Formats: sequence, C-alpha cells, structure tokens
Amino acid sequence: MSKADDTQVLTQEALSAAVEEATAAFAAAADLDQLAAVKPAHLGDQAPVLLARRQIGSLPKDEKADAGKRVNEARTAIQAAFDERKAALQAERDERVLREEAVDVTLPWDRVPRGARHPMTTLAERISDVFIGMGYEVAEGPELEAEWFNFDALNFGKDHPARQMQDTFYVEPEDSRLVLRTHTSPVQARTLLHRAPPVYVVCPGRTYRTDELDSTHTPVFHQVEGLAVDKGITMANLKGTLDAFARAMFGEKSETRLRPHFFPFTEPSAEVDVWFEEKKGGPGWVEWGGCGMVNPNVLRACGVDPEVYSGFAFGMGLERTLQFRNGIPDMRDMVEGDVRFTMPFGVEAS
Amino acid sequence: MRVPVSWLTEHLEVGPDTGPAELVDALVRVGVEIEDVDELGPVTGPLVVGKVAAIEELAEFKKPIRYCRVEVGDIEPESTDGQQPTRGIVCGATNFEEGDLVVVALPGAVLPGDFAISARKTYGHVSEGMICSARELGLGEDHSGILVLPRDSASPGDDAREGLGLDDTVLDLAPTPDRGYALSVRGLARELSCALNLPFADPGMRELAVTDCDTWPVSIADPAGCDRFVLRRVTGLDASAPTPWWMRRRLMLAGIRSISLAVDVTNYVMLELGQPLHAFDTGSVTGELVVRRAEKGEKLTTLDDVVRELDPDDMVINDDSGVISLAGIMGGASTEINPESTDVLLEAAHWDPASISRTARRHKLFSEAAKRFERYADPAMCPVAVDMAARLLRDYGSGTIEESRTDEGGVTPLPAIAMPISLPDRTAGVRYERGVTVRRLTQIGCKVGIDTADDGTALVVAEPPSWRADLTQPADLVEEVLRLEGYDSIPSTLPVAPAGSGLTPAQRRRRTVSRALAEAGYVEVLPFPFVSGSVWDAFGLADADPRRRTSTVLNPLEAEKNQLATTLLPGLLETMQRNVSRGFKDLSLYHIGQVVQPSADAPAVPDPSVAQRPSDEEVATLEAAVPAQPLHVATVLTGKRRRAGWWGAGEQATWADAIEAARTVAAASGVELTVSAADELPWHPGRCARLDVGEQIVGFAGELHPKVIEALDLPKRTVAMELALDAVPVAELRPQPSVSPYPPVLLDIALVVDDSVPAADLAESLRRGGGELLEDVALFDVYTGEQVGEGKKSLAFKLRVRDPDRTLTVEEATEVRDAALAAAHDRHGATLRT
Repeated sequence: MSKADDTQVLTQEALSAAVEEATAAFAAAADLDQLAAVKPAHLGDQAPVLLARRQIGSLPKDEKADAGKRVNEARTAIQAAFDERKAALQAERDERVLREEAVDVTLPWDRVPRGARHPMTTLAERISDVFIGMGYEVAEGPELEAEWFNFDALNFGKDHPARQMQDTFYVEPEDSRLVLRTHTSPVQARTLLHRAPPVYVVCPGRTYRTDELDSTHTPVFHQVEGLAVDKGITMANLKGTLDAFARAMFGEKSETRLRPHFFPFTEPSAEVDVWFEEKKGGPGWVEWGGCGMVNPNVLRACGVDPEVYSGFAFGMGLERTLQFRNGIPDMRDMVEGDVRFTMPFGVEAS
Repeated sequence: MRVPVSWLTEHLEVGPDTGPAELVDALVRVGVEIEDVDELGPVTGPLVVGKVAAIEELAEFKKPIRYCRVEVGDIEPESTDGQQPTRGIVCGATNFEEGDLVVVALPGAVLPGDFAISARKTYGHVSEGMICSARELGLGEDHSGILVLPRDSASPGDDAREGLGLDDTVLDLAPTPDRGYALSVRGLARELSCALNLPFADPGMRELAVTDCDTWPVSIADPAGCDRFVLRRVTGLDASAPTPWWMRRRLMLAGIRSISLAVDVTNYVMLELGQPLHAFDTGSVTGELVVRRAEKGEKLTTLDDVVRELDPDDMVINDDSGVISLAGIMGGASTEINPESTDVLLEAAHWDPASISRTARRHKLFSEAAKRFERYADPAMCPVAVDMAARLLRDYGSGTIEESRTDEGGVTPLPAIAMPISLPDRTAGVRYERGVTVRRLTQIGCKVGIDTADDGTALVVAEPPSWRADLTQPADLVEEVLRLEGYDSIPSTLPVAPAGSGLTPAQRRRRTVSRALAEAGYVEVLPFPFVSGSVWDAFGLADADPRRRTSTVLNPLEAEKNQLATTLLPGLLETMQRNVSRGFKDLSLYHIGQVVQPSADAPAVPDPSVAQRPSDEEVATLEAAVPAQPLHVATVLTGKRRRAGWWGAGEQATWADAIEAARTVAAASGVELTVSAADELPWHPGRCARLDVGEQIVGFAGELHPKVIEALDLPKRTVAMELALDAVPVAELRPQPSVSPYPPVLLDIALVVDDSVPAADLAESLRRGGGELLEDVALFDVYTGEQVGEGKKSLAFKLRVRDPDRTLTVEEATEVRDAALAAAHDRHGATLRT
C-alpha cells in the first residue's frame, strides 16, 4: 500500500463512512449479546477509526492536528452510538425481566391461618374498656363460690326460691354451702369487703344456672356486672352510666329505659331496655339486663354504712347481648366450640 | 295471672280514653310485667243463642254424633202446630241435653282464627251452623264440650256476643315475686289506680257482720306458721246449682275450669281478693280443727289423690280423724267437697310465707294457693274472703250462712318505717314536687305521718297496709315513690369516678396471651367445666393424682359429667373431637379459664350473719373455704400445623408446636420458660416437656400418650399444652437495650454430644461460656447418623459475636467461640464435629 493509500483512511469521507457503518451495525444488534459481538469491529483494535489513528503519525506535520481532531470526533461519535444502543437494550432487557418475573398475587398464602378469639372474650374486653374509660377497675372472683357471697350477702333470704336446686348448681356434700355462682354479683360483695368506697368496678365473668341448653338458654353463660358505691350516688347516675354504656355498645343514637322490677340485692330495682337502631325488623327496645340502687342490707353486710354511702349496680348477659347485637339465632352455637362460629370474629372484632 | 280487662276495671273509674293499651302501658310503667295481651274475638256474622229442641243420637259412627234441632229464632214460623221452627245442626259433643241454651254460629259467621261457618252436609245430614265450644269462641282453652249457658239467661235468637262479652281483652300479667298482693284483681286494680290516678273502690274493704260465737272449734298450735284462721259455714246448699254465667266466664278467661258452684266460688274469691280459700265438706269433718306442724311419719292423701309423706316442717290441719289438709297448699281427699255436699266450711287463713315455700318445694306442689301464700297474702282478707264466698253460695246456691264465725289469731300491724322526707329525692337525683312522697305513700295504702328526728331531719313515718309486708325499710318506700312518679322522670347524669388505674398487669397479660395465641393460629373455645370421672381413667392418672381430687356437682345436668374440671384439657379435647366429627382435620384450639382445685384440708364454709360486716377472721375463713381456682391456659393441636398448598407440602403438628405455644404464652408474660424432658400423663413419656419459670413448674407440653389417644378416640399424634397461667409471673422487665453500632462476627459450629443431652442445656452452656460478647446463639441443625456414631448427635449453632465499643477482630471472636466450646465440653462432653 502506498503512502497515499495508507492515509486514504483519514479522509473525511472514510471517517464518516466508518461512523455510519458502526451506527448501523449497533442499531441492527437485537440484544446486548449481539451488540457485544459487533462492538470489536467498530471500536476494537482493528476497527477503522483505530487504524486511522495509527496513520496520523505518518502525515505531514501540519496535517496532524487536523487529522487527529477528525479521528477523535469519529471515535466519540461511534462510542456514543454504542452507549446509546446499549442503554436502550439494557432498559429493554430490564423491563422484560420484570415482566417475566410477574406472579399471580391472588394466590392464597395461609400456611398457618390466623386463629380467632371467642366473641364472649372480646365483648367482655370491650365492655371493660368502656368502663375503664369512665374510671372503673376490673374486678374478678371465683366461679365456684361460697353461698354466703352468692346469696346471703346479697340479701337473698334463706328460703328465697332462686337458691333452690332447680336454679343453682350445688357441690357435694349437701351442706357444703358452695355453689357455682348464679351471677357475677358475688364479686360486688367480695370487692366491698376489701375496699373502702369510693368503689367503681366492672366484673365480667362466667356464671351458671341449671337451665338445659337450648336456642335461648345455656347453663353456663357470661355476665358483666357494674358497681358504683360512693357518697351521693343517685339513680340518675345509674341512668347516665347505662346510657353511656348503651351508646358505646350500640351507637350514638342508643339510650336506655328503666322499668320497675324486683331483685333482692337492689332497691329500687329496674329492668333495663336498650334502644337498638339495627334491631332485626327495625329499630326498637330490647330487654338488656337488670339494675338498681344497691340495697342497704347489702351495704351493711359488706361493712359499708348506708347512711353515708349509696350505690348502684347493674348486670347484663353477654350471650344475650351478642345474640341480639349480631342477630345470632341459636345460643348453642356460642357454646359448642365449633370453629366455624368463632373464626369470623377474628382476633379483635366482635 | 290472666284477667280480663272488664274485671280488672270493675272497681276503677276508668275514663273512655283508657283502653287496654293504656292499661298495659300503665302496668309496665309501675313494674307489672305483661306476658301476653289477648284480644277476644273477632266474631263477625250471625252468632246467636240457641235452644236445643231435640237430639237425635247417630249411632252408626265410630264416635258419638248428635243431630240436633235447635231453635235460633231466625226462621219465620211455617208450621201451625205450635212448634217453634228449628235448624238442624250436627254436633260431636255430648255435654248438653234438650232444653239447654247453647251458642250457635250460623252460616256466614266467622269465628276467631278466621274460622268461617257455612251450611254443609256431614254425617248424612245438612248442618246449618255450629254449636260452639269455649275454645272455638276464643274464651279459653276448654274444648271438652260445647259451651252450655244457664237456662233462662237469654232467649233463642238473641245475639250471643254481648252475653259472652266478646268485646274484651285478657291480660296475662306477671307481677314481681315481692308483690304478693298483685296476684289479685284487687291488687292489680290498686296498681292501676296509683299509676293512672284513678279513683278506686277497694273490694276488700267491707263492713263485716259482727258475730259473737265460733262456727267451729279451732286451735292454732303453731302461731309462727299460721297467725290467722277464719271459718264460716254455709248450710242447705243446693249442690246441683249451676255457677252463674258471669262467674264462669271470668274463671274461663282466667284459665280456670269450672267444676262446681262451691269450688268455682272459692277460686273466684281468690282471684278477686288474692286470699286463697278452702272449702271442707262439713259432714266429713269431725271434732276440733288443730293447726300445727306435721309429725314424722304422718301421711295425707291430697285432693289430687297422691299419698304424701309429711315432713315435720309442713303445716297441716287435723281433726279427730287425723291430718285433713296440707295447709295453705292443698286440701285432703277425705274432707273434699263433692257434688252431694250441702254443708260446707269455708276456710281462709294466713300462713308463714317461708314455711309455705319450703313445703311447696318439698312436695313439688306449686298450687295457686301456695303461689299466693309464699308471696304473702293479706291477713286482713281472711274474714272478708269467707264472707264474700258465703254470700255467693247463698245467692247462687240457695245456701244459708250460719251467723257464727270462727276467727283465731289476727292481724299483727306491720312495723312503721321512718324515712328522711328527702330520701326519695336524694336517691333518684330528682327534685319532686312538694307533697309527692306523702301522697304516693298514702296512695299505696300506708298511714303516713310527719315527724322530726333528734337531729332536726324531717321524717316521714309510714305504717304499711296489711298487704305490704314487703315494705320493711326506707329504700322500699323510696322505690314506691320513684316507680309511681315514673322512672322516666329520672334524668341521665354521669357520676364522677376517681381516676382509675386501668387493667392490672395480670389482666393485661391475659389479654396479650389471648391475642398472641389467636395470632399464632389458635381458635378460642369456651368448654363447660363439667367432666366425667372416667376421663381421669382415660388419662391413666394414678389414684393419688391431684387432678382426681375434684369438686362434685350435686345436681348435674348430665349425671355422668358431675365433676368440675381440675385441668382444661378434657374440655378442650372434647371440643376438638366435636369439630373433628364435623369434618375438620386440622385444628388448633385454646382455652383460658379457671379450674377448680379443692384442697383436702379446706375449712368448712362459715355462715356469718348479714346484719353487719363479718369479722376479718370470718371473711378470711369464707375465702379460704372456697376451693382454689387458678387461671389456666391450654392448647390442643391436631392435623397439619402448616397447611399444604400450591407452595408445597404441609407440616404435621408436633410436640414442638405444643412447646412453642407455651413459649408464646411465656413471651406474652415477659418471662422465659425452661424446657426439660418429663414423663407426665396424659403425655407421651418420650415427648413431654416440663415447663418451668425459675424454680417453679408451671406446666407441661408435648404429644399425648398413644394410650390416651386410643382411650379418648382422638386423632393420632394429637399434641397439647397446659400452663397454670397464674403461676407464670408477669415480669416487669423494664428492658434497657444498648445497641452496638459495630459489625458482628458470625461463626458456625457443630458440636457432637450424647443423644441424651438436651439442646436447650447445650445452648445455655455455650451462652454462659461465651460471656457478654456472645450476642446470640441459634441452633440451626440437628443431625444423627453414621457420621457421628451410635448414641450421638450433632447440633449446629450459629454464634453472633459483637463488642459494644469497637469492631472485633476474627481472632478475638474466635477466643469467644473457644470459651463457649470449652464450657460445652466441660458440662456436656461436647466435641467439635470434624
């Protein structure tokens, strides 16, 4: 090759052709592998621009600078074309990979399904929290209880019909004077015996009566009891507390209504109806529980001076509350422990 | 108690605007529960009085059928032979005869229950209407025959509606048990008079004829059981005289069957005045009547033909022949009045409520009389009631009232109650109008006076009327004022409670445990605590096992299940079994509840007086006498703990899951469990862990013993855990974490030890040997097999070593590891696996 031939590659035409060729080759590469395969031909040691650079030395001195500049420009252009194509192909690949990695996110993943708490538990907690918010404390007591706490201290006469076997579970021997508590009220007596007023307590718990299990009765059931003993406690306070309780449980529109009734441990006594907006068949009153002003005989038996202190007490059945609140037709479902009953309640909801 | 409105309002001046609905509202407002409101009728179309002219017995049918000709006065006389025209009606009843007046529903009539009457052919005859029974008319439940009206009480063809009183409403009322007086028309009318402020004429307030001699000799030998005994005698009674229709109707609507004039009269007076009466056949009574307690071994055949063994606590009446009445409850058969009785002794007495209550329960005889006496009857009514009954027998049975009256005992005035006049206002939180308290107490029958206490407090002094023995203390008077003024007038205000301190740590922990188990996949169940003794045998418990020492229920619902559970497992396993039988294979259940653990040396339950607070010592004994009832938590698991799914295979629940459940509980309490191997039934001897906190055993966990699983028919490999939650302390840890920002050095080691070395012990030794720089020790692999040799196992741990103040070099970390290794070697002979 003549000297003139050798420097042929440095012509503007030749360099422009090299850039065009390279750009076309890069554009033709369909993926990064093909791009890598064509790269040496345009940017490798034997690529035209690099061969051209090597010829610069053989040019006359005054042409060198100009030739060097043109070669560099061509090389930069080729490199830019390569980088641009590479970036485009990379982006395309990344997108494809993500697309290919997509999964069906609706597949279940319940290897250890969550369990659930019994609605009696969550209901009792919820009620306790309502009263804790009003400054009450939660009091508890044993389920197998001395008759004295369950009846005597609560002003049940020795011959009161409720003491009889048809209502109360007794334990052996016959004169044991131990019963399965028929209500949560013995906790009232236990609390008052140990604490000087003011006393504000709420007592959720399990209770027993000798009713056969059917759709509206269960021999083992739950009650919640409230007791406030302080100076100047009035029946208006009882009404206000029940109204607040009703609103917390059944919504802002709820309220209570009292009807005169009889309980040995309260005087005056009342039954409580609650206004329930979501009642089956339309809003209306639902029988909810019993209440009244603590009978002075109860205060006396527990060492509280009825001349100084007065109090109110109330009690509700939790099964009944759940039954009308949730519209559950059969109470047996609440006690049998079928997981299908409890699962829908989840860990916290009721 | 059922009572028609027309009767209830007989003694009241009720305005035209006060209908049954207003009466019901008023009764509810003052505390009388309404069980039912039963409007009579409706009857439309022709309902007339008929006179039975002729009866033809149709004998060809299986049951007696009568074809009757009945005069109903609606047909123009056709014949001229003087006979009244009649209608032919087929009837299946036989309790009537020719000449009787009956009620006939003619074609076109519609009886209650949309029962339309038409002429139709039946039993071979055209029946032009129906002769009605009381039930068909909606007057009661009696359907034993048709309704026969007294002769001459109406004419054939009269509209029967008015005479039957079909325009009436029957109320079924349930007064509270403290208000015995309200089990009568007299008492209920008084309640209405108070509730509606209506004038009331008390049917119990009558001038009694003065008599000066006894009608029959009586002595009360037990005045505590009976404080008044009154007798009146009626002779020359026409035993066949019918009960007047108005009385029959009222009894019918009250749900009481008409028997005979004498019996009907005693029932009627009881409903009217609330005073039960007994009528003796005078001819069967011999000698003085003695009112006393029964003697052991005495027997009495009561009216219901039951021979009753009497208890020395029962009050009885005897004559010369022996016991003739179970006093206040039911009369005896020997002196019962019968259709031939023409001479009757009417008895009204007042009995001790508690004694009546005990006797009624003992003999399971809850008669209408017992119901009233045990709720307290008005002793002032005894002479009034016998007089009223005697007059009715005279008027309707042509009897003669003997002038004499026996009246033993009398009315003891009820003690007066003094109450601060402001107490009703203070109790209600209401300022009532001046004079309300006095007015209301007067209205219920109290004699009310005003007094001043020594300290200057204005007092109301009320003497309760004879029928209100339930009024014994100021609070009782307060209730009367409040309920009559209306509970709806009491405002709604909240009391100001002192600041509370929220849940106790134990209460908070219980909630945390419950939530933690639920989040971990367990479903809460609340089994009953009643278990059968056979479960302890199935558990394989030794005779002396404390779990066998149970409290036994005297009157269980299921005879078998009479023991109170000492552990939560039987109930949980039974519930699990129920779910399995309903098609579930994978179950995780938990229960948090009290168990009953009676102590052999508990003191007897004392019975202190309730007049004042028991002494501290008595309180302590009361509490100690009640068996310990610690709170337990237990779980049972069967089937797959981790489910199979599209991700791959599931994992069977194992002993390790049971221990993990216990750890979940411990973590919720802020304490760590120490796990060690144990052999405790009902668990598998090789797969049972004892769980300790500190030095205290708090429970067990693991797989159940195969024999137990077999005995209780449980799914294979069922696992369970039970912890005495109360025994697990609630730690107030107050953690003080200090977090090093320097990188850790992670080192893996595999140690070979004897099979018998518990992994937990080995890890604990590493931890102690490694010292403070050893931040964490985690077991990640267990290997047994040829490579480590027979009786050996390899346990691989990941050690994380870190210094709080600087970056450790590998050499320094290796020193820590070597120290840990040395400790493991010293304590367990552990060697590095090579």
